[in-house]
Order: sequence, then C-alpha cells, then structure tokens
Amino acid sequence: MERRDFIRKTAAATLVAGTTLKFGNLSSLWALESNSSDSRPYDLVAVRNGEPEPMFDSAIESLGGMGRYVKPGQSVVVKPNIGWDVTPEKAANTHPGLVKRIVEHCFEAGAKDVFVFDHTCDLWTACYTNSGIEDAVKSAGGTMMPGNVERMYHEVQIPGAVRLKKAKVHELILNSDVFINVPVLKHHASARVTIAMKNLMGIVYDRRFWHRNDLHQCIADFCLFSKPTLNVVDAYRVMTRNGPRGVSEADVVLTRNLLVSEDIVAVDAAATRVFGSEPDTIPHIVTGHDMGIGNMNLRELSIKRISL
Amino acid sequence: MVRQHSLRKLRILVSVVFLLSLSLVFLDVKEFFPVWFREFFLFLQFAPSILNFATIVTWTALGFLIVILLTLLFGRVYCSFFCPLGVLQDVITRFANFFRKKKRRFRFLKARNILRYSILFVVTVAAFSGFIIILGWLDPFSIFGRFMTHIVRPAYIHTNNWVSSLLYGWNIYSLHPLEFRAYSWASFGAVAALMTLVVWMAAAYGRQYCNTVCPVGSLLGFLSKYSLYKIRLDHERCNSCALCQHACKAGCINSKEKTVDMSRCVACYNCLTVCKSNGVLYQPATGKARALESDPSRRNFIAGSASLLLAASGFSKALAQPQAQNPTLIPEQKEFPVSPPGSKSIEHFTSKCIACHLCVSVCPKQVLQPSLFEYGLKGFLQPRMDYHTSYCNFDCTLCGEVCPTGAILPLNREQKHVEQIGKVVFIRRNCIVRTDLTDCGACSEHCPTKAVEMVPWRRVLLIPRVHPEICIGCGACEFACPTEPYKAIYVDGNKVHQIADRPVIEEQQSPVDDDFPF
Repeated sequence: MERRDFIRKTAAATLVAGTTLKFGNLSSLWALESNSSDSRPYDLVAVRNGEPEPMFDSAIESLGGMGRYVKPGQSVVVKPNIGWDVTPEKAANTHPGLVKRIVEHCFEAGAKDVFVFDHTCDLWTACYTNSGIEDAVKSAGGTMMPGNVERMYHEVQIPGAVRLKKAKVHELILNSDVFINVPVLKHHASARVTIAMKNLMGIVYDRRFWHRNDLHQCIADFCLFSKPTLNVVDAYRVMTRNGPRGVSEADVVLTRNLLVSEDIVAVDAAATRVFGSEPDTIPHIVTGHDMGIGNMNLRELSIKRISL
Repeated sequence: MVRQHSLRKLRILVSVVFLLSLSLVFLDVKEFFPVWFREFFLFLQFAPSILNFATIVTWTALGFLIVILLTLLFGRVYCSFFCPLGVLQDVITRFANFFRKKKRRFRFLKARNILRYSILFVVTVAAFSGFIIILGWLDPFSIFGRFMTHIVRPAYIHTNNWVSSLLYGWNIYSLHPLEFRAYSWASFGAVAALMTLVVWMAAAYGRQYCNTVCPVGSLLGFLSKYSLYKIRLDHERCNSCALCQHACKAGCINSKEKTVDMSRCVACYNCLTVCKSNGVLYQPATGKARALESDPSRRNFIAGSASLLLAASGFSKALAQPQAQNPTLIPEQKEFPVSPPGSKSIEHFTSKCIACHLCVSVCPKQVLQPSLFEYGLKGFLQPRMDYHTSYCNFDCTLCGEVCPTGAILPLNREQKHVEQIGKVVFIRRNCIVRTDLTDCGACSEHCPTKAVEMVPWRRVLLIPRVHPEICIGCGACEFACPTEPYKAIYVDGNKVHQIADRPVIEEQQSPVDDDFPF
C-alpha cells in the first residue's frame, strides 16, 4: 500500500509488459511474474459434488497447497464478484463461504495481509453486506476494502492491446504480491457468460469505455495486463439466465462445481462447458485464446478431476 | 424567580439537543441512527408536519398541533426550542459577539407587520394553489435542510475522505472514503443566498429573519398574541433600565414604554435572566392584558388572503404542468421528469415537497438530486431522480421513510419492487450494438426486472429489447448506457405512478449430469 511499492510495481509491470511486446513471446515472459517457477502439477483442477469449502480444500491440495502461491509475509488481494446488492441464494455474487476459505488458506500459508474488494455495480456498502462476503472475510481475519473510490485507481498502459490501451487499475491489484481471482460462473446479458476474464472488469475504474469499445475485445485486452496468480471459479450455484444480476432465485440451479487454474482462458473455457455452452461461442474467450493469453482447447490441458 | 431563571437553561439544553440531533439526521450517511431517533426530531418540525398531516391524517403527523398548543400556552417556544434555523441563528449571534470589542446590545425594533404578514399571505395562498415551493424556499426547516445537505454534508464527506486517506497511509483501514456523485450548484446558490440573508440578519439584529421573513414565525407570532403565558414588564418594579431590551434578540421589548410585542417574542427567556429588579414577568395573562392587545394588520391579513387565494389558484394552473420538451431537438424525448418512488404522482409530489433535501441527503445511491426546471418553475429545487448521476437501488426504500412532509410516502420493499415511476424507452439508432456492431448490453446487465432483455441480432450480436410493462423506472439502464452525448436507453417519468407487472418466473430443473462436461 505504500507509494514506493506502487511505483515499483507499476514500473515492473510496465517493463514486463513492454518487453513482452518487444519479444512477442507472451506466455513465457508473463510466467516470470508468477510465484511458482516450478512446473505445475495440473493445468486445471475441477471438483464437483461438494460444498464450496471442501471443494476448494481438495482443489488447492491437488495443486500442492496454497503455499505454492502465497509465500510468508506476502500481501494477497482476493477479488470475488460482489457486483450486486443481492443475497447469496441469488448467486449473482461469489459464494461467501468460498471466499472465506480462500482467505483462511492465504493466512495459513503465511500471508501478511489479505485484502478483498470489488468495484461493484450496485451500492458497494450494500453489496458487501448483503452478499455475506464482508462478514465472511472479516471472520477469517481479512480486510474488506472499497472498490468504488476513484482516487484508489491508477492509470496503467496495456501494450499489445487492440482497443483497451490504457486503464485505471485499483491500487490493491498493483501493490499486492498475490492476486487471487474468484469469479462466480453465471449468465451475462452482454458477455454471454461471466467468469474469470470478465471478473477482471471489477478491478478497473471506467467500465463504460469497455462497453463503448467492443466489450469482448476489451475483456481480452485487459488480460494482457492483469494475470491473476490463481483463478478460482465458483460454480456451486449457477445463474443460468437473466444474468448478471438475476431476477429471482428461479434463475439459479445448484450444480456444485469448482474450477481452479492459473490459466484464465482455460478456466473460462471449462466453466463455459459447466454452464452448458461451447467455449468457441464466447467471443472474449476465443479472442483471449487467439491473443495467446491462455489455452481454450481443453483437450490439450492436463486436468485433474475430483468428485467428492 | 428561580424557576423563571431555569427556563432559559431549559431552552438552551433543549435547543442544543434539537440542533445537534437534526444535524445528525441529515448527516447520517451510514444509517447509524435508529428510525425513532429521526422520527422523534422530525415530529415537531412545523411546516413538514402540517403538510404530512394533510397527506396521511394520522397521529404520527400531529406534531404541528402540539406546536400550536405550546404556542397558545407559552408563546413561540418552537422558534427557540425546536426550530433548527432559529437555534442556528442564536449560535451565529453568539459567535458574532466573539468578534466584537464591545458586547452587542439589542435594541427595540419596529414591527414590520405589513411585510411579514404579506409574506405569510403569499406563502399560504401559493401553497393552497400548488406552489408549495415558495414555502419551501422560506421555511426554516427547509433552509436548514438545504444548508446541511449542500454545505455541511459536502464538508463532512471531504473531511471524512481526507482523514480516511491519512489513516490508509498508516495502514489503518477502519474509516472508508464516502462517495460524492454530483454537486447541485443551483441548490448551493439558493442556500448561499438565503443563508447570507439569515446570517447577516442574525449577526446584526438577532432574530430578524424570524420576525420579518419566516412564514412559520409570522404564523406562530400571530397565535402568540393570544398565548396564555406572556412576557410583560411589571409597571411597579420595572425601572426602565433597559437590560432586558438589550438582551432581547427579537427586539420586541420596549423598556421605556414598558411593553412587549408577544407576536415577535421567540420565548428565549433571556430577559427573565438579566432583569435585576424582578420586573420581567412570565405568567398567565390577565383578561385586561389580553384586551389591551390590538392588531390592525389582522383584518388586512384575512381579507387579503381570500382574494389572493382566488387569483393564485387560476394563475397556478397555467404554470403547474411540467412542460413536454421539444420532440425534434432533443434525442432523449423525456416528456416528464421522474419523481421519487412513493410520491404517487408528479402532481402530488410537487404540491407537497418543500425541498428540505433530507431525501437528497440520505439517498445512498445519490440518485435524488435537486431539480432546476424539470418540474417547471413551481418545482425549482424539488428533488428528482437524476439517472445521469446514478440510479435507484432496487431494494432501497429510504426516501419514503425519511420524508417529513408526506411528499414521498413510505413503501415497503414488496411495493417498491413494482412501483413504476417511469418507463423505459429504447432508441435503437443510438445503440452501440447498432452503431458499432459490437456487443454491449450494459443496460440489460443492470436491470433488476429484466425489462431490458438482450435478443439475437444480425447472427452474432445481442441487442436490447424492452418490456415497459415490467419496468419500474429505476434508471439503472439509462445510467449504465455508455453512449454519448445522448443515451440509447432512458426512462420517461410517469406523470401518475403505476403498478408494474411482475416479471414472469419460470421454474427450471437442476441438471442431472453425472460427470464433468470436459
């Protein structure tokens, strides 16, 4: 959270992004930013038939534990989807129990601070409270931070982007050592589905620009800048229609799935299947794949499947 | 005399409690205070209470009657005990004294009866003919409300945010910044102008706003002439030393003549405290004392109001209707502004709202903003739903809960979910999907009832389709729409609020897949 940290981080990010652009090989250079330099056991872990908390426990265990991603003394930012002022049953926001368990794992791995925020659509204080996430995070010892305050956002350049060449990004993302992206899988009126890639819209300030400038391209472009350490997709309850806000609880089905991956495109592709659609019908997933951000071809991935 | 002295102490205690509490009611951005707290301190506010009673006719709106009874018993205690602007003036007068070398002495002032009763006339007549806003501009509670909303509250928010950023710097995250969406310069202008007048009058002459301009002061002053308890100077004991006169911020004591103008006395009881010869009495008036009162202005008052009432009611009809905008010049063709949920109709709202801006102050989404001329001249500064600034939170019912005049009536959450204050209109030729051939859908995302649905268009795209019958007019679509300068989707106000259809809810089966879909 210190200014020095911020400048250093921003400079590093720009440098890496810049070199990436220069040398073209996106994925290998981006991997330098990741904490895990040793090869990962699986590209993707999928868990089903459990409650959110035990599903995450087994997923993270199969990836070698949270210690692979969070080193002692590091600061962590967890970014769930808290966009709407609705109760957990409506599944418009990430499951509070899952967020809580992730925060607990971070502290067990030795994290210094765990911050949680989202740039909400509805009134942020109401979203934080009524989603149940504020209570969940606080009870795990984490810190809820506001995501709707413009002065906490700082402009970054996004080299290689087609439409979204710059954006104002929340300082928690810029300053934290580890970034865990925890979207909820749901239907989305404009993006078709909203999962991990789309969830990153909640760490920028001006979202209208995205809507004005080819939403799908902007979603993919932003993934060039922001690469979460880990993506955890909550597909425990899935809103299958009327998304992303939902009208009633009848929009929600209980599917009890959880997907975890470092590859944001891969996890979106897999989650799209859980949703009941084909990844190649979702423009931002296809664009992200084509830009080399990740791999949407599930057959080419090593997937760990766990049924509880 | 001991008991008379303690009256002043009682007055100071009660008035400070009321001023602070009403300030907190306006500054309660985090909804910290319980409902009864707000209701208790709003209950005795005179002008809001009368209007509220005229709307809902229940005992919860009978505060004004208590004020009238108190006035008939003890004089204008409202003005010194409960009126936030009155107490604020006392604070200003006291404050102004700090900057004076010589402590200020009030003097006896001539009554400006023609001016003050004329203002009361105009205000009353205008109120009966739909121009409630003139009362709103002059009513002390409303002025205080706008002062809190547009001067104190922004200062409070900025201070909060400054302290918050200071604490953040030390890694303390207990105080978060507050949002501030839009600043109403028109309201600021109106507040600044009237507050300048009030402050200047208070600093220079004491309670002169209350005795020349304030319509509530004039009405209660009129009643105060007939109050049971009166201040008067004892002709035997009073030695015309003028101590009481110099202490009288209402300027209503003439110690030479040994008379007190009860219509201007604000019941502050300072005179009782300063008198050294026990010459100032506060006791039930004798029959003789009552008969001595005469009022040349009273007859004018009654005669004038009747004729003005007739004239104004005809005049008001012409100006009362909000005018439709020119359909050919402005792409968003809003026929009517949107009045807040619970306000029943534009007519009801604009004839009951005195623009105290308590709803503006507490609205968590800050969608309620003072209007300029959207409601026409008669609604200047009355709040409207401003969907370019924000939108209405689906579950929130706060504005109706706080409104002290009944202009916005309370709705429960169920009612609010179908209260249609306006209807969605879609302009396809402005829509990003059509102009840029890219997906957008921001409007549909935000819609709480899916009155804006995305449907397939040109093979790969989705474009909005609107269902006005289930739209409640919350304005989320209009706010979210990213097109510039004109929106592609907007809410046109309902002149009379309607009940929207409920969205059709179809049940669906949970999938029974036994394996991973990949």
